[in-house]
Amino acid sequence: MRYLPLTKDDRAAMLDRIGVDSIDRLFRDVPHSAVVQRNVFDLPDTQGELAIERQLTKMAGKSKSAGSLPFFCGAGAYKHHVPSAVDHLIQRSEFLTSYTPYQPEIAQGTLQYLFEFQTQVALLTGMEVANASLYDGSTATAEGVLMAQRITKRPKAILSGGLHPHYAETVETVAGLSGTVTRSPVTPGKAEDIIALIDDQTACVVVQSPDVFGLIRNLKPIADAAHAKGALLIAVVTEIVSLGLIEPPGAQGADIVAAEGQSLGVGLNFGGPYVGLFATREKYLRNMPGRLAGETADAAGKRGYVLTLSTREQHIRREKATSNICTNSGLCCLAFTIHLSLLGEEGFLRLARANHARASALADRLADIKGVELLTSSFFNEFTLKLPKTAASVVDELAEKGIIAGVPASRLLPHDKEARDLLIVAATETNTDEDCDALVHALSGAVA
Amino acid sequence: MTMNNQGRPTSSGSVNENEMSTISGDRGLQHDVSLIFELGRPGMTGVDIPEVQMSDARLGGLRRKGSVGLPGLSEPEVIRHFVRLSQLNYSIDAGLYPLGSCTMKHNPRLNEKMARLPGFADVHPLAPQQTVQGAYEAISELMKWLTTLTGMPAVAMSPKAGAHGELCGLLTIRAAIEARGEKRNRILVPSSAHGTNPATAAVAGFVVDEVPATEDGHVDADALEAKLGPDVAAIMLTNPNTCGLFEPRIKEMADAVHAAGAYFYCDGANFNAIAGRVRPGDLGVDAMHINLHKTFSTPHGGGGPGAGPVVLSDRLAAYAPLPLLVHDGNEFRMIEHADEATDGAKPFGRMCAFHGQMGMFSRALTYMMSHGADGIRQASEDAVLSANYILASLKDVMSAPFGEQPCMHEALFDDSFLEGTGVTTLDFAKAMIDEGYHPMTMYFPLVVHGAMLIEPTESESKESLDRFIHVLRTMALEAKAGQTARFEGAPRLAPRRRLDETAAARKPMLRWKPKDLPQAAE
Amino acid sequence: MSEVRFTDQHEWVRLDGDTATIGITKHAAEQLGDVVFVEVPEAGRKVGAGGEAAVVESVKAASDVYAPVGGEVTEGNAALADEPAKVNADPEGDGWFFKLKGVNKAEFDKLMTKAQYDEFVKGL
Repeated sequence: MRYLPLTKDDRAAMLDRIGVDSIDRLFRDVPHSAVVQRNVFDLPDTQGELAIERQLTKMAGKSKSAGSLPFFCGAGAYKHHVPSAVDHLIQRSEFLTSYTPYQPEIAQGTLQYLFEFQTQVALLTGMEVANASLYDGSTATAEGVLMAQRITKRPKAILSGGLHPHYAETVETVAGLSGTVTRSPVTPGKAEDIIALIDDQTACVVVQSPDVFGLIRNLKPIADAAHAKGALLIAVVTEIVSLGLIEPPGAQGADIVAAEGQSLGVGLNFGGPYVGLFATREKYLRNMPGRLAGETADAAGKRGYVLTLSTREQHIRREKATSNICTNSGLCCLAFTIHLSLLGEEGFLRLARANHARASALADRLADIKGVELLTSSFFNEFTLKLPKTAASVVDELAEKGIIAGVPASRLLPHDKEARDLLIVAATETNTDEDCDALVHALSGAVA
Repeated sequence: MTMNNQGRPTSSGSVNENEMSTISGDRGLQHDVSLIFELGRPGMTGVDIPEVQMSDARLGGLRRKGSVGLPGLSEPEVIRHFVRLSQLNYSIDAGLYPLGSCTMKHNPRLNEKMARLPGFADVHPLAPQQTVQGAYEAISELMKWLTTLTGMPAVAMSPKAGAHGELCGLLTIRAAIEARGEKRNRILVPSSAHGTNPATAAVAGFVVDEVPATEDGHVDADALEAKLGPDVAAIMLTNPNTCGLFEPRIKEMADAVHAAGAYFYCDGANFNAIAGRVRPGDLGVDAMHINLHKTFSTPHGGGGPGAGPVVLSDRLAAYAPLPLLVHDGNEFRMIEHADEATDGAKPFGRMCAFHGQMGMFSRALTYMMSHGADGIRQASEDAVLSANYILASLKDVMSAPFGEQPCMHEALFDDSFLEGTGVTTLDFAKAMIDEGYHPMTMYFPLVVHGAMLIEPTESESKESLDRFIHVLRTMALEAKAGQTARFEGAPRLAPRRRLDETAAARKPMLRWKPKDLPQAAE
Repeated sequence: MSEVRFTDQHEWVRLDGDTATIGITKHAAEQLGDVVFVEVPEAGRKVGAGGEAAVVESVKAASDVYAPVGGEVTEGNAALADEPAKVNADPEGDGWFFKLKGVNKAEFDKLMTKAQYDEFVKGL
């Protein structure tokens, strides 16, 4: 099916008005040697909906979806129930097929939901101001480091060993160009002494809580130590639902929060698109990357919203911009906002409690298995187990039996000897008693 | 000070609305919408989650003390709120979006259905690799389409948007240069480039050197070639360029760049003009990002998400970032660590967590399969045809600085035709809103004054184009004849009049605050 | 007796003894449109003639402001932080950007007089 409304007659009439006899004349600046014929491409011709549906449904069928079996993966992406209203609303034409709100008079829908999103992010993280999203949690963390380097005019970023390794690698890719990146030791289940590494060359300390192993970190002492040396604390949150139960980074002294909002509204999506949340203190506002929706009034005095403080951005500042980012996560922000609006205060807090209760009960049962040790003494909905054999082989064995047991730490840290026996398990409100029974039973068998 | 000659009014002025007043403040189908925080009741929720028994013991003493401060609404209230918000938005489904450089083509609904197949949508990026083969296969298929259409041997799939792709391309170039043991820190960027180009070059640690345009709207190839030297890492060109013109000396420039030991980065934002007819690989491109949300119809969603995979030449393929999708003869595997890389791959690192925008991949793949190679070619031809049709139909009443030659998929006008009328590009654009159209791209590219860049795309019927042309012709003629009433204080018929951007920037209010907290800098 | 001179970059400088007060001209302010933010240099910073000293922002543009003469910054106009509109209301008075000390009179004398600047603007 091709979405091409022009007919042969239309094309002829249009060529006539233009004053050329063939479409090739309009491509006359293309070097002759570079013009290719259709048959150069080893690709199929147009196909109809039915044929495509068949092919892609068959292809997708070769994956085991998370909802089709007992599923316990986390490590930066979490399976939560997204209420049906969310997907229905984001598919409305006016949301799905609208553009960036550069003409605010006909984009108040988008601008207002971005303003609501910014407010929600600030409330969740306990920070003063938030932007209208970045691509995801990992790039948001990298942007946070660049921002801290700009503010403090210092080169060094210290990354906690509990920071998701993908996030750490992403930070190294960009921040390594403008400064140095130091990683503190990886200590699964324990808080490493990151304070000892802070010096007067430090721009920022980056600490994830709950960390990649699930451990809840106490941010306040780190924030205090960083501030004492003139550095900033960047708090990273990969499971945003945790903020329904744990003290938010803003209340613990964080200067910048970089988080992943995927848990609300977005779904697993095999890694993307996700939604990067970014919040900071008002005094750092003009250093913040990303779009911002601001409240104002129109010529008739009605309240309205516009993109604002654009002089930070690439289309104006060009090489002096705070970031090169243009596109945000648009529709994913909307999904997040709708999901959180449906939850409300009561629902969000209950959701967080349900997650912790489920994970806590499961952790108890798994730790009871002979040879299995629970490493994380405090956690939200994700914890790490030490197994008596390599975790990757256990995961593969259980996958054969139709259970996705979690993420082996070696997938993220292939060279860490200690990580080989570690399994990171997440349990959310979507895991049933039967799922947990199946995991306990299968894991017992696998490590016996 | 550096003078900016594109200054234009950003305050709103004020008007008296003489329209009929209603008791509710709503007007027919136009409903005013409160903020979600101004609605709801404590304790209300729209999702049924049972209360559970829970202990604090495992929270490390860090249980959240205060409330979050979120409002509570039922499902009917939430749906009404967001439906009303949606009704305040223009969208492609509702009307033509002539936004140059954005490629606002139709967003097919089959894309949405295929993207939601559980084997694509409900899979975790770190699930055991043998359990996600279907998703890997879809990515692999898309890679095949992208590399084949562009005539390039490799593609990096992880960048999350066009600007992210630009960064990926430049970092690949940086890695290649370092591997040669050289130090090159200058990047040549045309003055007409999209802002992401110099911004990305700066983020990637390069110094930006601007190349001027010629009077006929092309990059000054002589100036470019004169600027080449042993410290130049790359050029960043857009082709067709941001004036909507194909660069006739592109191969010559590419050859000169290569001879100087540098690389050719191409901004693929305008690929919709040439997809299926021209392969960037044949033009000497070393790296090009492709905006799947432009050329390949993934929805713009109010500003995102996008995806910006980067096709790479032989010179750069080895340096593509992690992760790398490979097939070992039996099954697909994602290589996620540099020391697992095979076949001479030397990835420079990671651009982001996980492996790319799967949700956009499945949509783009669906679009490509729907059109086929022949359909993609036809789409490009129709896009170019439509833009030229508009150019030919308007250039006698509006001013097209490069109107004597054919354009590609977008037609550029400037504001000389409005000189002496008192009407600016901004006024013209805002008056289009009253006519039921989203304005074209305005004030970009910067190389002409008061730019108006029109890109109709191939999704418009001839009736739609004719109607658009008729409206713009009439507007232009009226402005020139001194009938400026419709431009003054436009728009008048949109849900909002012109908004005060000055006040928004002077006293930023970026969030709602509860009444008992001080408002942001009032 | 203070004298005011102008640059072809649309800055003005008023010299009192060896202290200079600097801002942008009325013409520049008009071209810029509504000023929303000004970044002024901190006291103690040394700037050379023609060097970037401040940034002035409207909604749609950010412009660098150069020091017409060299010297050491004694004061940035703190009032502009709360009221950037002063730059539009009184660009050549209340809307001043920063003050310098240790200014070289010879550098100052090279600049355009008001009459010369007005001619220059007419020719643009």
